[in-house]
Formats: sequence, C-alpha cells, structure tokens
Amino acid sequence: MADTDTAGQVDVIVVGAGPAGAAAATVLARKGYSVILLERGTFPGSKNMYGGVVYPRILDQLHPEWWNEAPIQRWVTRRSTMVLTDTQALTIDFRSASWGKPPYNGATAYRPDWDHWLAGKAEAEGAQLVCSTTATGLLRDSSGHVVGVTTDRPDGDLHAKVVIACDGVNSFLAKEAGLYGEVDAANYTVGVKQTIALPKEVIDERFAVRDREGVDIEILGGTSGVNGGGFVYTNLDTLAVGVVLKLPKLGAQQLRPEEIIANLKDHPAIAPLVEGGEVKEYSAHVIPEAGLSMMPRMTGDGLLIAGDAAAMCLAAGIWLEGVNFAMASGMYAGEATAEALAKGDPSAEGLAGYERRLNNTFVLRDHRKLRRAPSLVLSDRVQHLYPDMITNTVERMFRVDNPAPKPGLLRVLNQERRRAGVKLKDLARDTIDGLRTFG
Amino acid sequence: MTQRWAELSFEDLIGATRFDIHEQAHITVDASVCRDCSTRECVVACPAKLFVPTSDGGILFNYEQCFECGTCYMLCNKEGAITWTYPEGGHGVVFKRT
Repeated sequence: MADTDTAGQVDVIVVGAGPAGAAAATVLARKGYSVILLERGTFPGSKNMYGGVVYPRILDQLHPEWWNEAPIQRWVTRRSTMVLTDTQALTIDFRSASWGKPPYNGATAYRPDWDHWLAGKAEAEGAQLVCSTTATGLLRDSSGHVVGVTTDRPDGDLHAKVVIACDGVNSFLAKEAGLYGEVDAANYTVGVKQTIALPKEVIDERFAVRDREGVDIEILGGTSGVNGGGFVYTNLDTLAVGVVLKLPKLGAQQLRPEEIIANLKDHPAIAPLVEGGEVKEYSAHVIPEAGLSMMPRMTGDGLLIAGDAAAMCLAAGIWLEGVNFAMASGMYAGEATAEALAKGDPSAEGLAGYERRLNNTFVLRDHRKLRRAPSLVLSDRVQHLYPDMITNTVERMFRVDNPAPKPGLLRVLNQERRRAGVKLKDLARDTIDGLRTFG
Repeated sequence: MTQRWAELSFEDLIGATRFDIHEQAHITVDASVCRDCSTRECVVACPAKLFVPTSDGGILFNYEQCFECGTCYMLCNKEGAITWTYPEGGHGVVFKRT
C-alpha cells in the first residue's frame, strides 16, 4: 500500500489505469515511491477498447518473459493487408512461424483482460489501485503547480507531488492544464467494433491457423466511402470486426457506423469469414489519429501526460499501434518522475527527463519519422481513387482475354490510373511522399 | 446459410454491451441550440445512436447506452450544445473481460 504522509499526500497520483498509467505506476512503485492509481471504471480496462492487437516488446524491460502470464488471445503469426472495392479484394498476406514462439511479436488480446493484468502488476509492486473514481479536475497551489486532483468521491481531493495524467483520448486533465490547443475533430477517428463469437475450430479453419496462432487483417477500402480503414482480428473464439472512421468525413455523410460495419461484413471477401457468428459485444472509442502534428505539450509543473492523453497512437497505415506507445510513454513518465522526486524538483523543468526520453526512444522517433503518414493514409486519393486503380490493374493482369493477347502491365496501370481519375503528377507526388515517409 | 448483417437490429447490437447506468446524465444537450443546427453530425456519427431527430425538428437525446467515446462533442459545431463529462466513477459502459 502507498504510504501517505500526515497531509494525506502521496508522491504520485496516476490518473487512468490503462496501459500508460499501469506502466507509470509500476515503475514508480518499484522504486519505492507511494503511488495512487486512479481508475474511473469498476476495474482497469472496463472503459477501454481498441481494434485488438498489442505489440508488447517494450514490456521486456518492465516485465521480462511477460508472455508466460499475459492474458493474450492469439499470437499474430499472419498479417494481411487488404485493399477492397465493392466487388474485389487484393490481399498481401505474410506469415511467420517465429511470431508464434517466444519472444513473440504481436498478439490479440481483450483490453479489459490486458489492462486488468497490467494494473495488477502495478498493484503487486505496491501501487494503490482505486477504482470507480473519476478524476474531475486538477488541484493547484498558489503558483499554479499541480499538486493533486479532485475526484467525484465525497471529500475526494487527493494530494501528490506529481500527477501523471493517463486519462485517455479525451484527457480533460491535459485540456484543463492548457497543454492542448483547440480540439480539431479532423485529428480524430472513431473506432467501432463488433466482437463476434464463433467456435475456435471454425476460426482456425477459416483463417488457416492452429492452436494459438492468430491473424491480423488490415483493410483499405471497405468503409463505404468514408475515409478510414477496416480490420478483422482473430481472438480465441471470437473475431474482432470493425472500422476506423475519420470524424468529419463520418459526420458529413449519411451512413451510420453500424451500417458501415454491416457493409464490410457483407463484402464477398469478408462475409465467409464472419458468417454464422453471433455479436457478443459492440463497442466504440475515439482515436487520436494525427500523430506528431496533434501532440500537446507533455509537461507542466507537477504534471505529465502519457498514452492517448498525449496523442501517442501511431496510425501509419501499415503500422497501427497504440498500446505499446502508451506503455512506453507511461514507463518514461514514471522514470522521469522518479528522477524529479529524487532531486526534489517536480516542476516542469525537473520533469524534463520525460520529453528527453520520449525524444530519444521509438516513441517520438517513430512519430517524427512517420509524421506525414496519417494524413497520407487518410487522404482522399489513397482512400477513394487508389483502391480502384490497384484492384482493376490486378484484375486485368490476371484476367485471360483470349483471343486478345496479354497487355503490357505498365500500359494497364496507366489506363486504370486514368480511369480512376488519378493525375500522373498526383500519383508521383504521393509515391514520393510515401517513399519519404516509409522509406 | 446466408446471413445479411444489415438485418441485425441496432437494439440487438447495443444490447450485447453492458452498461451500469447512473441515474444522473453525464452528457446534457441543449435542445434549443440543436433546433437551429443544420448539420447535426451527431445524429449520424454517434456509434451508440444516442441522438435521434424528432418529427417537430428537435433532437431527442438519451445518455444511457453511451460508449463515452467523445465523437458527439468533437463533431458538434454549436458552441455549448453538448456538455460532456465522464459518468460518475463505477458507472457507464463496462467492456467485458473473458
């Protein structure tokens, strides 16, 4: 248990027992600091939802051999990237047997399981987990330093030397602290998902996997004309099927999210995968999609923000990650806080080790490298023109038009480019942009 | 067997999710502001279908089966129409553990 001093103060309050908060609390409790880990749900993870894949490599540092105990559904041994039009599908399908063995790569997992487990690790280190309690605001001293939070419990003010806000994508604490500018809906998507039950053997057969092997299918197109993407992930005996939709585009048309998912599930390439399943849960969550360009300031006097609260999700098309960025940023927030407390300086300056760590690790290095990716992936050309161009080119490549002889592929591509309405200079520009981003 | 997913009712869909509803609304909507709104993006975008236009030109809002996602207030173009907070601790949506 956290020791509170006579003023009822702990060293650190971590708001939000998601992956960022649990990691921060673990680091600090392990170093002997008193930590309260606040969670507004009845248990950690009860409010949390994502598509379904976690890449826990960073946990090697926090919880070595985590794979022996982590509550995963399946190890992702097969990754497919699919381009859909109304009647076509082009899939690039990669499998690796090594991803099904230690130290593994990615896994499907339910967030209520994963987050509950990770927060339990923080508790085991001595952090005090307080559930069913919503942090409603920041407490400040006369000089404006954050010195705790208000909560919705009676007499619920909690005092601490440092507050680490891991309160998710809507982070009211980061906004209250003035770390964000104006919220722009264009920086956000909403992820909407159905969890669909099917017997394990049926999933194994349909997805050509065995035992704990699993599949991650990311889809371009298949969102009924709304900029975004689709996904199908295999859990042990359910499928996660859903879409991610750019908010302003979703708001400016007539199809509702569940109708867009229904269309995806009725697509000829997807329908045979999900047929006969029963919806076990329907869920939604907003995603900070725009990466580096939307990131807030990370540090205030007595305050750090991590995870989705700091817009850490990486939505870079072929890389869709978030939980790993949350866990890492939480770890670094915990380390920097410990450093500041050891120096006796919890001011923004004393907490500067946080941004230094973010800058020197994959957290911000990936975001800097891929800063152009979110807008490119969600651009109108990539979303609405290229899928037709690509699938029609491939269809003509594989179609046998005897007695006509086979056409040259470049000629077909060029014809299909024109038919899709793609200007050569735009294609060239996007290609260069793509190479600069991903190359 | 051919299943048409479009035939699944929204009530059945949202009925699959657990909500521990608090008696006090965590989101309030100023219906008089909504009456003048021409875009009403919340109606199409809210994944929980909590905003329903009424025949007399207003918007009916229900907070109960809310995912607490934030889509509505981010898309709302009318200053002050939606007041959005989290529900009281321990209430609202509860995603399932295995």
